[in-house]
Amino acid sequence: MKLSRRSLLRTTAAAAAFATVGLPSFAQEIDELVIAYNVNLPSWDPTVGLSAVNPTIQGFYQSVFDLFIPQNTDLSFGSGIITDYGWNEDNTQVWMDVREGVTWHNGDPLTAEDVAWSLTRAGNPETGSPIQFVWGKVENVMADGNRVTADVNEYDPTFFKWMSFLTGYVMPKKYYEEVGADGFEAAPIGTGPYMVEKFERNAFVRLKANENYWGGAPEFKTVTIKFVTDAASRVAEVESGNSHVTLEIPYEEFDRLKEKDGMAGIAEPVSDIGMIFLNDIEVMTDPNVRKAAAHAIDKSLIIDRLLSGYGVPIDTLQTPDYAAYDETIKVAYDPELSKKLLAESGYGPDNPVKFKIQTTKGFKPKDYEMVQAIVGLWRRVGIEAEIEVYEIAKHFELRAADQLAPAAFYNWGNSVGDPTTSTGFAMFGPSPHSVWDGKETFDAILPLWGEADEAKRIEGWKAVDRLVAENAEVIPLLQYVQPIVHAAGVKVVPHRSGALLPHLMTRA
Amino acid sequence: MTLLRNILIRLLTTAVTLLGVAVIVFVVIRVVPGNPIAMMLPPGATEDDIARLQAQYGFDKSIFEQFVIWLKGVMQGDFGTSISTRQPVRQLVLSRLPATLELSIVALSIAVLLGGALALLGTRFRDTKGEGAVDVTAGMALSIPDFLWGLVLILLFGVLWPVFHISGRISPALNIDFSSNFYLFEALVRLRFDVVADLIGHMFMPALALAIPLAAIIAQLLKQSLKETMHLDYVTLARTKGYGENHVITREALPNAILPTLTLVGVQFTFLIGGTVIIERLFSYEGLGNMAIDAVINRDLPLIQGIVILFALIFTIVNLVVDMLYVMLNPRLRHA
Repeated sequence: MKLSRRSLLRTTAAAAAFATVGLPSFAQEIDELVIAYNVNLPSWDPTVGLSAVNPTIQGFYQSVFDLFIPQNTDLSFGSGIITDYGWNEDNTQVWMDVREGVTWHNGDPLTAEDVAWSLTRAGNPETGSPIQFVWGKVENVMADGNRVTADVNEYDPTFFKWMSFLTGYVMPKKYYEEVGADGFEAAPIGTGPYMVEKFERNAFVRLKANENYWGGAPEFKTVTIKFVTDAASRVAEVESGNSHVTLEIPYEEFDRLKEKDGMAGIAEPVSDIGMIFLNDIEVMTDPNVRKAAAHAIDKSLIIDRLLSGYGVPIDTLQTPDYAAYDETIKVAYDPELSKKLLAESGYGPDNPVKFKIQTTKGFKPKDYEMVQAIVGLWRRVGIEAEIEVYEIAKHFELRAADQLAPAAFYNWGNSVGDPTTSTGFAMFGPSPHSVWDGKETFDAILPLWGEADEAKRIEGWKAVDRLVAENAEVIPLLQYVQPIVHAAGVKVVPHRSGALLPHLMTRA
Repeated sequence: MTLLRNILIRLLTTAVTLLGVAVIVFVVIRVVPGNPIAMMLPPGATEDDIARLQAQYGFDKSIFEQFVIWLKGVMQGDFGTSISTRQPVRQLVLSRLPATLELSIVALSIAVLLGGALALLGTRFRDTKGEGAVDVTAGMALSIPDFLWGLVLILLFGVLWPVFHISGRISPALNIDFSSNFYLFEALVRLRFDVVADLIGHMFMPALALAIPLAAIIAQLLKQSLKETMHLDYVTLARTKGYGENHVITREALPNAILPTLTLVGVQFTFLIGGTVIIERLFSYEGLGNMAIDAVINRDLPLIQGIVILFALIFTIVNLVVDMLYVMLNPRLRHA
């Protein structure tokens, strides 16, 4: 066959038409909401295994399952499956009232028995709940009418807060016992705003609106969430109109896309923070070195230059949304003070103090670049830090073994906003998440774990944060801002936890 | 009998190779820092929690004990359970293999067509500026890595002229009830052309990104072979008989010149399958490569082992087939 110009054009047109078959329709009215998500969903059981403690996939779970107690978009606690709850007078028992009129996706009614079973199951070490250390603090969980009661074997003031956090989901007793773990994985049901219609592992999940949802049916009747793990591909997805909403793209792309016709963007702070762990080994046992390192970092400059202004500087491990936030605790950018402190310990630009700083590269936006900038700022005052790049898996292992370098960059999530899950676990030596072993901090934290007076407890944590800041035992850097780009036809309501929730989306 | 003996020896070598790969993979991924248990620890986990999880996943045993347990399972077809998905590794891996194989075969087909066409063009216009243009095109295609081609294609056919799907393997809204995961093959057999069009719409860009560098290699080798063949006596004879240049190239020279290229294609196919790891990630294609990256990120040791063993199996099988074909095509080697 001779290939003439005409036949070439004809062939090209035919190929284009052929390829176009099956593409979604991008009419003004969005019938099926398509979201390009940045992570995969490995498993459907939100209460066991590795997925259950992965904060980035909680948005999937909250679309299908209900938390015992939901969180509002500002991290305050709402009324959900459990409408009211509390402790008895001597804190030896908890009680919970279960919402009536709720149905599972298969039509079965939700009962207090489901809640009692879910709690008992989560507290049983054999089921593999990674949060068993919290749920195991209650026993003899009983349902009576719409009330659930349980005996407390170890008082934990954050017990109910965990009901809004990792693994705090209500599971269907009858259905689960009928189908088993594999059956549930194949066809999960919950009481949430969406039902699973189709799930292709590593590809997408298609959700159908739960018209009987107790909180009101969501506006979009069908939602497809594609797992698009590459950021460049997510940008292309939303820019081409293949997806209506995406998140976690580079801030430069966010700024560009939100200005395009037919598109919009939201960038709101989330509960994740960036921080530098200081391990009290080698030169970090010297308070002057730690304080000099803390005062030499210009956080606002880093946020403006590297994160296009998308970030909130912080001086403790609490963000302004957290329960123990204290705006009076400040660690100022003061390079002259840094030089003075270093000089007191015999260091200076001509005789720099040396240590290693570890960081991930590409795990969080501009993580490596931020550490590079910090090392540059440190160099000006007489600190010579050597950067070591490692994978996040190695960070977890080293942290659990208390073998981090003297400084190590990391991000910390705390969507319930309680100080125990930020300062508490990060700074309490015996925790596998802490590398700080100082006795003063240990002594300050210890009584707070079981403090029953809530106001006193929060004030106690503020005092710990002040102590930690004054001694520069950790260097908090910033609260992250989550970029969400979307079609102008969709109204997206961001959630401080960082979970992108389709049931909060409506037509603009 | 000699051929049969050769095949048996190669099969034995393959089994030993796989065992070696298994040992290396098993040891290396346990020695490399990064403990999946540490990644599973929530805030507040205690030493007891760590010990319980270690025991649950068998990480409290020595590497040797773990390997023996794993190997016993493998001999019975049990590759263990994925840590991140809690699904059997064999089931996960086999469910994704068809997608990767289909993508690789389509990419190979495109590479052969593109590379072949370029080689024929270069030969047709040999010793002219046309040949130079072909050489420059092939050089450019080869010097740019496949993932970069992927980004270029996304920009061209995904954003500027959005005619192909950017991510995924099949449209979520498309309802199919196929008995296998070889969607393209089954759609063709069932004459479901709507599904075929949708699959091609998803597969075109990743397959082309994989194919372009390979096409360049094919073009360079085939053109060189063709140029050498064009000087042989039987080709000159064909010309004196009055055949046109196109006929001489495609009917007379090509059948002989193509043999070395066929061998190369077989070897390159294994590299092409390896290349799917990055390309599948870029296009969110639900194949084995994409799953491999997730497994590495999650330190999902049983899944990493399963995927690597399968990749090794594919490589050795393809090499075995290529070797056998080579022996069959070249009678002198049968008795070597």
